[in-house]
Amino acid sequence: MSHFDEASAAVQAALESGARYADCRVMVRRAESMSARNGDIENLGSGESAGLGVRALVGSSWGFYAVPDLSDSAARAAGRRAAQIAAASATVPGPPVDLVPSGAIEAGWANDCETDPLEVSLSTKGDLLVGATAAAKQAGADLAEAVYQVWDTRKWFVSSEGHRIDQHTRECGAGVWASVFGDGEIQRRSWPSYGGQYGTSGWELVDRLDLVGNAPRMAEEARALLSAPLCPTGETTLVLGGEQLALQIHESVGHAIELDRILGWEAAFAGTSWLDLAKLGSLRYGSELMNITIDPSIPGALGSFGYDDEGTPATRRDAVRDGIWVGVLAGRDSAAVAGLDYAGSVRSDGWARLPMVRMTNVGLEPGPHTLDEIIANTADGVFMDINRSWSIDDRRLNFQFGCEIGYEIKDGKLGRMLRNPTYTGIGPTFWQSMDMLSSEIVPWGTPNCGKGQPGQVGHTGHPAAPARFTNVRVGVRG
Amino acid sequence: MSIEIVRQGAELELAARVVELVRQVAGPAAEAEVMVQHDAEALTRFANSMIHQNVADAVTDVRLRLHLDGRTASGATTVVDAGGLRGLVERTVAAVRLSPPDPTWPGLTPPTPLHRTAGHHGSGERSGLDFGFDEATARATPAERAERVRDFVRAAGGLETAGYCRTTYSSAAFANSAGQSVEGRTAEAAMDGIARVAGSDGVARLASGRLGDLDGSVLGARAAAKARAGQDPVELPPGHYEVVLEPEAVADLLDNFSVFGFNGKAYTQKQSFAELGAEQFDPSITLIDEPLGSRAEPAPGLPFDDEGTPRESLVLVREGVTKAVAHDRSSAAEAGAASTGHASPASRTWGPYPTHVRLEAALAATEPGLPPAEPSNPVAESARPLVAGVRRGLLITDLWYTRVLDPKTLVITGLTRNGVWLVENGEVTAAVSNMRFTQSYPQALGPGQVLGIGSESILLPDRWSGTRYAAPALHLASWNLTGNASG
Repeated sequence: MSHFDEASAAVQAALESGARYADCRVMVRRAESMSARNGDIENLGSGESAGLGVRALVGSSWGFYAVPDLSDSAARAAGRRAAQIAAASATVPGPPVDLVPSGAIEAGWANDCETDPLEVSLSTKGDLLVGATAAAKQAGADLAEAVYQVWDTRKWFVSSEGHRIDQHTRECGAGVWASVFGDGEIQRRSWPSYGGQYGTSGWELVDRLDLVGNAPRMAEEARALLSAPLCPTGETTLVLGGEQLALQIHESVGHAIELDRILGWEAAFAGTSWLDLAKLGSLRYGSELMNITIDPSIPGALGSFGYDDEGTPATRRDAVRDGIWVGVLAGRDSAAVAGLDYAGSVRSDGWARLPMVRMTNVGLEPGPHTLDEIIANTADGVFMDINRSWSIDDRRLNFQFGCEIGYEIKDGKLGRMLRNPTYTGIGPTFWQSMDMLSSEIVPWGTPNCGKGQPGQVGHTGHPAAPARFTNVRVGVRG
Repeated sequence: MSIEIVRQGAELELAARVVELVRQVAGPAAEAEVMVQHDAEALTRFANSMIHQNVADAVTDVRLRLHLDGRTASGATTVVDAGGLRGLVERTVAAVRLSPPDPTWPGLTPPTPLHRTAGHHGSGERSGLDFGFDEATARATPAERAERVRDFVRAAGGLETAGYCRTTYSSAAFANSAGQSVEGRTAEAAMDGIARVAGSDGVARLASGRLGDLDGSVLGARAAAKARAGQDPVELPPGHYEVVLEPEAVADLLDNFSVFGFNGKAYTQKQSFAELGAEQFDPSITLIDEPLGSRAEPAPGLPFDDEGTPRESLVLVREGVTKAVAHDRSSAAEAGAASTGHASPASRTWGPYPTHVRLEAALAATEPGLPPAEPSNPVAESARPLVAGVRRGLLITDLWYTRVLDPKTLVITGLTRNGVWLVENGEVTAAVSNMRFTQSYPQALGPGQVLGIGSESILLPDRWSGTRYAAPALHLASWNLTGNASG
């Protein structure tokens, strides 16, 4: 069933109400999630959400209105309201708004999906979570938790420039967690990552995680952490696992290269960026090993799509090449303001929210080594993996991350397990100290990226591999 | 053009219809609870001193939870026509039949009247109170929000500005198969903005049940004064500093205490610092969750939760002694307690937590007040008496990106934002660069650690959700700053 007609009606009504450009997204999303605790199902929920959001440009001002009603009359009313809201913005106007050019696109897209996640029986899914949490509990966890989430999204996009694009995106993922309670502290281990692993994929992704098989080890490691020595305090060589490096990329590169932040459009809430557009193409962001791409076309990664929410086709481009900053995440309006000729990174988390600049898949290209080689070549240092806490300043410079687990590295070998490992630094200094990079890339999915007002939750992907950094401050404690 | 307000009673009719549909599809043995919530939100956002996003939406969400044959499933939809509601019921009934057993089902809320508060008079035969509802806020237009933005921008006197002005309206009804049937509505307005000059940011933030309480001129002038006073900052070494936290920063403490400390599920899972009956805070600390409002403030929340449990004030800490945590029916059953009316769509997994916490302000000082402040003074009016008592310490406006390092001790790392100053002998002597801290929040407010509390609680919007906190300024003996702008 198509909803192009309703979207077209909304766009037409906005134009008739004075808009010089308008677009509309009709979205129908089904979601399902289940959680388990200590061998029992805790929550099973499903949801269906359907509606349309209209964006209208009047003069130099945007307006947006959204309704959960897909009738022709509601669509037209929404189009008119979006134009009226845009007109109200004119009391505090800005400079003229342009959009980087785009030809009319009529297309469709769907991601690969071997096993439809919504077609897998609930009892099979329940058995998985019950089994994983029971296994962790049996292996010594005081608290064992597991969850899966599924999103099935159909989207119809129409613009006044002639776009007619439909997309069908299926996303899912899962994880298991084991916590143990010590004397005044809690230790937790997560598989396969802090929040689970997610992708634009069918249920085959979850099958590959082997939650049940890995759960006991999580419980045992969490128990062992309680008696492990604290991570030492000081400057040292730091080797990060791929999952932690994915979050490092997300926080200190992905958000920093968002053009709306660079232009100050997110200044009050999410913050700005330390990056200065005048230095695009010349600023040294990191070492020559650092090659970061923006690539929404990676099969299976959580930040993948066919077309963004402005109708721009998914296109791979460089953000950092040989350590030099060369690209940004942009929308059609922000790119035009900045004098750039590309967009393609605008999305919203639903029909009721205004599309905005969001990360797609922002990730590292592989290096020449393996993790084993990196450790074998490290005389003295610390290995950390699996994120536990994350914090970075509003310009995306000063960060402090905590990891679930650490190990000392002595004479090229992993040594004792370390408790409460943390590290801190300044983004470009840290990235310039990267001197070894692994080839073992995994496209980690982050389904909980918050941005915007009203708040939106973004799905992003971060291909990352283990890497080594020198002279990093570790072991910060409260 | 105003926010869309649906006919009163429409949500209750909808909820009752879904309960009846469940009976038809699943039979009389099914236990069903239905929450119907209509939310209309409009937000005018500005940056670079211009309105750059201006949005509105209106959504009705129907949430059904069903317990049948010892199994539980939940479903939700925004499709409220006959087909959408029947689809919701059939989908949820099918799910519950395939679900694993749920031995922790706490049962339904029995018919229970809503709590009434003094000064609130009836708005409907079922709710029995008007809940401080401000019709003008619910019906605010984009032009009214834009007017406040314009005032903020002008009052900043040429400084670059950014922020938002927001109005929201919610009306909701709950019905279950045990006979509970309640409805209510609420409206909220908030403004949050910064002014910027030469790398220095200043903030002003305020929430209210009445848009009429928000004055863009006042907020813009306050933000600008802070930004101007924050220029040319010095960098200080890490260490333990005596601090005065302004209300914006204190709101972050209240938020983290609520989400991780007074969370009933975290408490029953031994993940919270809270120990009921223990003297965990300084005797000057009293924390109360007030979803129904108080002291002539319109109610910030709905009068019942997602399980139909009536809400009322909940004393979390009284004079330093931890008294309660928030519960939904599940966490209450596990703890052997009663629900406190804090169920939400996520509470069974994330845990129930307070969302309208007030830190009680100190009684107004009886000694003569301070002389009027200079317009350029960066100190919030309610914090000035506290700053006057600082020998050497920091005045901190706002906290940013705070994250939990250990949930049990509530050690949190984060950064300062929107203005920090060195205070020596009661006077602001220098602007300071933003700093990172790593600090146990309960320890910071522990016995003997609170040197003073401001005499006015400011209503502040949460940065992410629609919740809000009432916070005075706080003078604390020690705050652990673990880094500065250099690393």
